[in-house]
Amino acid sequence: MYVKQISVFLENKSGRLAEVTSILGKNNIDISALSIADTTDFGILRLIVNKPDLALQVLKENGFTVSATDVIAIAVEDKPGGLAKVLDILYKNDIGIEYMYAFVGKITDEALVILKVENGDYAVNVLKENNVRILSANEVYSL
Amino acid sequence: MRYWDEHMECMERGTLQEIQLKRLVETVKRVYTSVPYYRKKMQELGLIPEDVKDLSDLQKLPFTTKQDLRDNYPYGLFAVPLSEIVRIHASSGTTGKPTVVGYTKHDIGIWSEVMARTLVAAGADKHSFVQIAYGYGLFTGGLGVHYGAERIGASVIPISSGNTKRQIQLMVDFGTTLLACTPSYALYLAETMEEMGIDKSQLKLKSGVFGAEPWSENMRKEIESKLNIKAYDIYGLSEIIGPGVAFECEYQCGMHINEDHFLPEIINPETGEVLGEGEYGELVFTTITKEGLPLIRYRTRDITALHYDRCKCGRTLVRMEKVIGRTDDMIIIRGVNVFPSQIESVLLEMGEVEPHYQLIVDRVNNLDVLEVLVEVSERMFSDEVKKLEQLEKKITKAIEDTLGISVKVRLVEPKTIERSEGKAKRVIDKRKI
Ligand SMILES: [Zn+2]
Repeated sequence: MYVKQISVFLENKSGRLAEVTSILGKNNIDISALSIADTTDFGILRLIVNKPDLALQVLKENGFTVSATDVIAIAVEDKPGGLAKVLDILYKNDIGIEYMYAFVGKITDEALVILKVENGDYAVNVLKENNVRILSANEVYSL
Repeated sequence: MRYWDEHMECMERGTLQEIQLKRLVETVKRVYTSVPYYRKKMQELGLIPEDVKDLSDLQKLPFTTKQDLRDNYPYGLFAVPLSEIVRIHASSGTTGKPTVVGYTKHDIGIWSEVMARTLVAAGADKHSFVQIAYGYGLFTGGLGVHYGAERIGASVIPISSGNTKRQIQLMVDFGTTLLACTPSYALYLAETMEEMGIDKSQLKLKSGVFGAEPWSENMRKEIESKLNIKAYDIYGLSEIIGPGVAFECEYQCGMHINEDHFLPEIINPETGEVLGEGEYGELVFTTITKEGLPLIRYRTRDITALHYDRCKCGRTLVRMEKVIGRTDDMIIIRGVNVFPSQIESVLLEMGEVEPHYQLIVDRVNNLDVLEVLVEVSERMFSDEVKKLEQLEKKITKAIEDTLGISVKVRLVEPKTIERSEGKAKRVIDKRKI
């Protein structure tokens, strides 16, 4: 039920993001979603890729500090209020969101969202009970 | 066996001081008559040996530095004819001419005695098997421990350094009970043991004496748990005698200095003023029994503090704290002395086994600012900004609590801090003063 996200520590200096994407490109790794959270000094680059294990390995080999985290990928209706509905379910069930970001859209009638929540297993159950479509890892990696 | 020489190790302070004074007076006379260099230095200060009547008169005497030893290379400071010298050791001389030290037969005897005290305090006796994995040769480590171990009648395994797998095999086969090496080598031995599939339960090892490089309490814990031993810190420097200048007892609350042979002082490294008990400053030694190369007020460049309160072990010998830094890498920030090692120990306590950090000192609007760069390791890293910011705050607070000044901690990517010969440059001082 989880998708493996690769997180990379980046200092806020120019060229670092380009370096990561070029390393991934050279290794034929496809990025399907990405987000950057940053502060004044540093940033955390979060990536969903088709080959997470390989991505972890090549980034480490290139001297980056990286980690792999389990996140949830969900599909929401691509219309006004679609995301709000899901957020409402999480809120009512007292599930705090650590962070979230959207996919680079390829599917037309659904918007895809990555979620990192405090209690993953519980959140998955709640979402399922409320008929929110959760994407499998394979489904996500092949996007 | 708890003490090697209970009489000397547990003597009343008053009696000890009488002995110290008598020996100091003799030493000053000896260097005045036998070492032209000291005679000249004392004459320049208008001093004659008779001016030393009390232990506090030590403060009148001139300092000796490593440079003085180099200037008198190789034998200029020896106080006996060279025919009396039975052993010569030398430092590696990576930063200039090597420092040469010479021992008479009597000096070797003293060295054996102080090392015997050191090993007995670490639990050794004549039934022990002492594996000496310090280098033998011009370096004082190997032979110093060797003579001490022989003195107590232990079985010596003089394997010297290196050849790690063989070290471990012999440790198992010969039933080594005490290991002597550098603390980092002890950890390396433990790691190699794991790789070889040898469990610590296969060893008879009980304790180890580790010195010749600075090490932290964390490292001690790691060595103790990985080898299932008690790890003792020892201190020494070839200029004074080699290992055995000071040693830890079972209470591990500082190292007892063999002060019936080596008279310690703590001075302010800038002014030379003698500091009081518990105050941090440069450790200075005057040898009071050595014949070959007696040294007056030798500046070790090591920063530590002395404690005279009675130790639970019963020894009255003064205790020195672990060396917290060197005068050579001391930086002064807003009047506060800061050592890279202090930052290092804070990071070690946060769980970083081998922290990579750098101190950048600058002056902004006439105020010194200290920035601490810390390379983010996988262990510290989190995918959540909040957690990394908490980590940054935690490090900042711990460093500020330790140093007593405000700092700016910045997390940086691995390998950001420039390494030269594998070692990182710890301090960059951008101040233009
Ligand atoms: Zn003690």
